[in-house]
Amino acid sequence: MSYVPDFTVVYMSTACEICGPLAWLNAAGVTLAYAVGTIVGGLIIGVICGVILLFPLYYGLPMLVYGYVQFFRCTPLLVQIVWFFYALPMVGNAVGLGINMPAWMAAGLGLTLYMGAFSSEIFRAGIMSIDRGQWQAARALGMTYLQLMRRIILPQASRRMVPPFVNQSVLQLKNTSLLYVVAVPDLMYTSSVMTAFTYRPLEVYTFVALLYFLMLYPMTVFSKRLESRVDN
Amino acid sequence: MTTEMSLQTADAMIRITDLHKHYGMLEAIRGLSLEVRQGDVFFVIGPSGCGKSTLLRCINLLEEPTSGTVQVGDDIMRFGKGHRMPSGRVLSRYRTHIGMVFQQFDLFPHMTAIENVMEGPTVVKRMPRHEARSLASELLAKVGLSDKEKVYPRHLSGGQAQRVAIARALAMQPRVMLFDEVTSALDPELVGEVLEVMRKLAEEGTTMVVVTHEMGFASEVGDRLCFMDSGLIIEEGKVADILARPENPRTQAFLARFHDTAEALRA
Repeated sequence: MSYVPDFTVVYMSTACEICGPLAWLNAAGVTLAYAVGTIVGGLIIGVICGVILLFPLYYGLPMLVYGYVQFFRCTPLLVQIVWFFYALPMVGNAVGLGINMPAWMAAGLGLTLYMGAFSSEIFRAGIMSIDRGQWQAARALGMTYLQLMRRIILPQASRRMVPPFVNQSVLQLKNTSLLYVVAVPDLMYTSSVMTAFTYRPLEVYTFVALLYFLMLYPMTVFSKRLESRVDN
Repeated sequence: MTTEMSLQTADAMIRITDLHKHYGMLEAIRGLSLEVRQGDVFFVIGPSGCGKSTLLRCINLLEEPTSGTVQVGDDIMRFGKGHRMPSGRVLSRYRTHIGMVFQQFDLFPHMTAIENVMEGPTVVKRMPRHEARSLASELLAKVGLSDKEKVYPRHLSGGQAQRVAIARALAMQPRVMLFDEVTSALDPELVGEVLEVMRKLAEEGTTMVVVTHEMGFASEVGDRLCFMDSGLIIEEGKVADILARPENPRTQAFLARFHDTAEALRA
């Protein structure tokens, strides 16, 4: 007996209270919100950490930042999310300040710090990639540090940072799917719940893959455009 | 060694006294003293690694001297025990009086030729843009590149790029120009156009310190010349005297190699 796919369950099923088109809209919203929030947060962390790594003022601080970056780069994101989910609410209670971090925030924080670690490397590498000659030529003209950063280094470095940042952001949006393990109602979680009710994993996951693709494809095209503009 | 080295000239534009520069254990410059008079074209020659470039970079403080005194015009900078590297603001003001041109041009690739030249005056001196533009335009004309104002550096030949770099340095209206092997990275047929611009500057009375391997050029436009080896000035004097009658055996050996090459080329 051959399997007969039935895609109507994806949008018409009434088997559960979260099924139906509205559920997908909701889930896509959650996924996008997590992606945008953690990317923006990660970028801010990345710039701050990148600056600390590049221009070490106090000896201890760069060491700390370096440790953070390496830790988050060298442990699986899934482990980080689960760890934050359990650990942070506990830490909040233990400190006794009555901070009770909700699970969704703890998990989001894990994702943000993950993005931050990679962003700081992209930022640092972008600045470092600018030829020594550019620094000395700007200094020889009599530019102060801020002037040479603003006028000479950052304009060149930021162009080089765009492609890896877009690339990392694409990864980040896909990585939000890992949040489903801590019951954040994103696209992936919604799919798994729907599958549990409808017993139609093939249809549901095909559909959700398509949704991810539709969200990300324009982003990669946009990134290619940016790259070619940088080249010209 | 000529005795003129210790002579104190009243009209010295650059005066370096007992300069030391150490990189860890390596002593790149070991107690060097030097004077360049206003309007003089001063050549520095020597084998690679002798400290020529380090000397130039110590004059505009791209390198922090380990000890000694560096004076350009009326700016005096002291280094060594009890003296700290001046603050960024003092340094940048000091450097505005010194133009420097590098071997690799180091033009700003995200700016057109004219923007490269305008950058110093507008950002550092806060000169109004229209003023800076006419100054830059004038300077590009002077180096023979009026038709390249709106061209980005990657579309310039090496010789053109280096001439823009000279114009960029001149735009700060410096008291002194430093040239660090500015023709070494150029194709042979492009060397002439850069030297031509430098010759023009020399004739206008610009005070110049030139590190080079172009002995012919040195003998044509140079006033004085020094030979450096292992971090010291071995011999210093009038260009013609040293090139024709070097006294120190090391200078003789170094110049002999150049003469041999020149003769081999002629043969």
